[in-house]
Amino acid sequence: MAKTVDEIAEAMFGMVKDAQGLKKLKPMDLTKAMVELYGGEGVDKKFCKLAIKQLIDSGRCVYTYFGGSYIELPHSEGAAN
Amino acid sequence: MADNIPKTPKLDELEKGRWPSFVKEIKMAAQKSPMAVDLLGQLEQSYDEKIGYWKHGGIVGVMGYGGGVIGRYSNLPEKYPNISHFHTMRINQPAGWFYKTEALRKVCDIWEKHGSGLTNMHGSTGDIILLGTKTDELEPTFAELQKIDFDIGGSGSDLRTPSCCCGMARCEWACYDTMALTHDLTMHYQDELHRPAFPYKFKFKMSGCPNDCVASIARADMSVIGTWRDDIQVDPDAVREYADKGMNIESDVVDNCPAKCMSWDGKELHIDNSFCVRCMHCINVMPKALRPGKDRGATVLIGSKAPIIEGALLSSVFLPFVKVEPPYTEIKDLVDKIWDVWSEEGKNRERVGEFIQRVGLGNFLDAIELDPVPEMVAHPRENPYVFYEEYFEEDEGEEEEES
Repeated sequence: MAKTVDEIAEAMFGMVKDAQGLKKLKPMDLTKAMVELYGGEGVDKKFCKLAIKQLIDSGRCVYTYFGGSYIELPHSEGAAN
Repeated sequence: MADNIPKTPKLDELEKGRWPSFVKEIKMAAQKSPMAVDLLGQLEQSYDEKIGYWKHGGIVGVMGYGGGVIGRYSNLPEKYPNISHFHTMRINQPAGWFYKTEALRKVCDIWEKHGSGLTNMHGSTGDIILLGTKTDELEPTFAELQKIDFDIGGSGSDLRTPSCCCGMARCEWACYDTMALTHDLTMHYQDELHRPAFPYKFKFKMSGCPNDCVASIARADMSVIGTWRDDIQVDPDAVREYADKGMNIESDVVDNCPAKCMSWDGKELHIDNSFCVRCMHCINVMPKALRPGKDRGATVLIGSKAPIIEGALLSSVFLPFVKVEPPYTEIKDLVDKIWDVWSEEGKNRERVGEFIQRVGLGNFLDAIELDPVPEMVAHPRENPYVFYEEYFEEDEGEEEEES
């Protein structure tokens, strides 16, 4: 059965949550993983772009910048302390 | 407020001379901005102790956007509490940097209300730079800027705010409408501008002619530089007039032509346009006599960058000539293919020029389905880019036969 944007966003959120504190993930890391997992069910780059948009707009994840741009769970800024 | 301004003997040195001084501007702002007062204090201390007291942030931004806000924090927040947060906001400038004073006044009013009041018109990216605000003020500033039709620009691993020269608005040499293309690309690629999805930054810079006033050939991942493909327009009477008024056309024009494509017999200037490299030198020297040709468009180049991870690169030719007309389909199709390949295969913090160097131009051209052309050869005999598979196949066949 074809995946929905919600389902892919949820799967991406799981990846980000599991990687938090261990590895910073870039949007393309999430996209590649989803296409590998669900490519057979119609999930492509454009679909993943929508899922990332939903993930960020919902506030569940945020973009961060540490030399490059990443997607992470919202957390307090270390440099602010 | 003026009584609180700290003594700044070292910074005061930077007020001397006849040129504009950022110290003078900060002191003016300090008359009503506590942030500017603390900024002077911290800056003087930095000059005194030869230590920078700024910390980089990486999280602050506005909802939904991944770029446009650069987090800054003071490392001395107890001593300078007003600049404990001092974030920068990049605001997307209008193409060609044209404003009504009314619009600028509104931006400044918003920034005095929500930030330090200090601005940088404009940053090296081209954006309006608003210097210094607190995290809590980011969303209110953004909301007010949106009400007056300004948006945040790019930062991080995204498309940086496209920028251009003033083009046809003021310049007679513009070979295409740089401002129209810049505006169109900005609107078309909003998602890429605000939602970082690339291995690293990507910059477009549009120059209307080969004089390249925005230095796109050195500063943009994709440079779109105006050019022409027919003959330089010559007014022979105006050329003779330059000569009559004392210009040495032989030494000032002909001898300085890098392509050696022109000659002067004392009466008439002859140009072999097939050898002309469109450098603009002769046109710049005799603007009343020579003009770019009538069949105008642009050359698209790729790959320049300043030295960060690797050394500096200049752009090299990708599309020798393209007509630059709405809806700019040829340019957008090329951009989409380049981003597709680079986003998927590029390493973290690898600019597109570095990526091309790593994989080789031949492979890159294959991947984006663009045919090689001689203009892509940057340097004769030393260009590592273009390889023809049929030659490899022949060589391999010969080697096998020999062995």
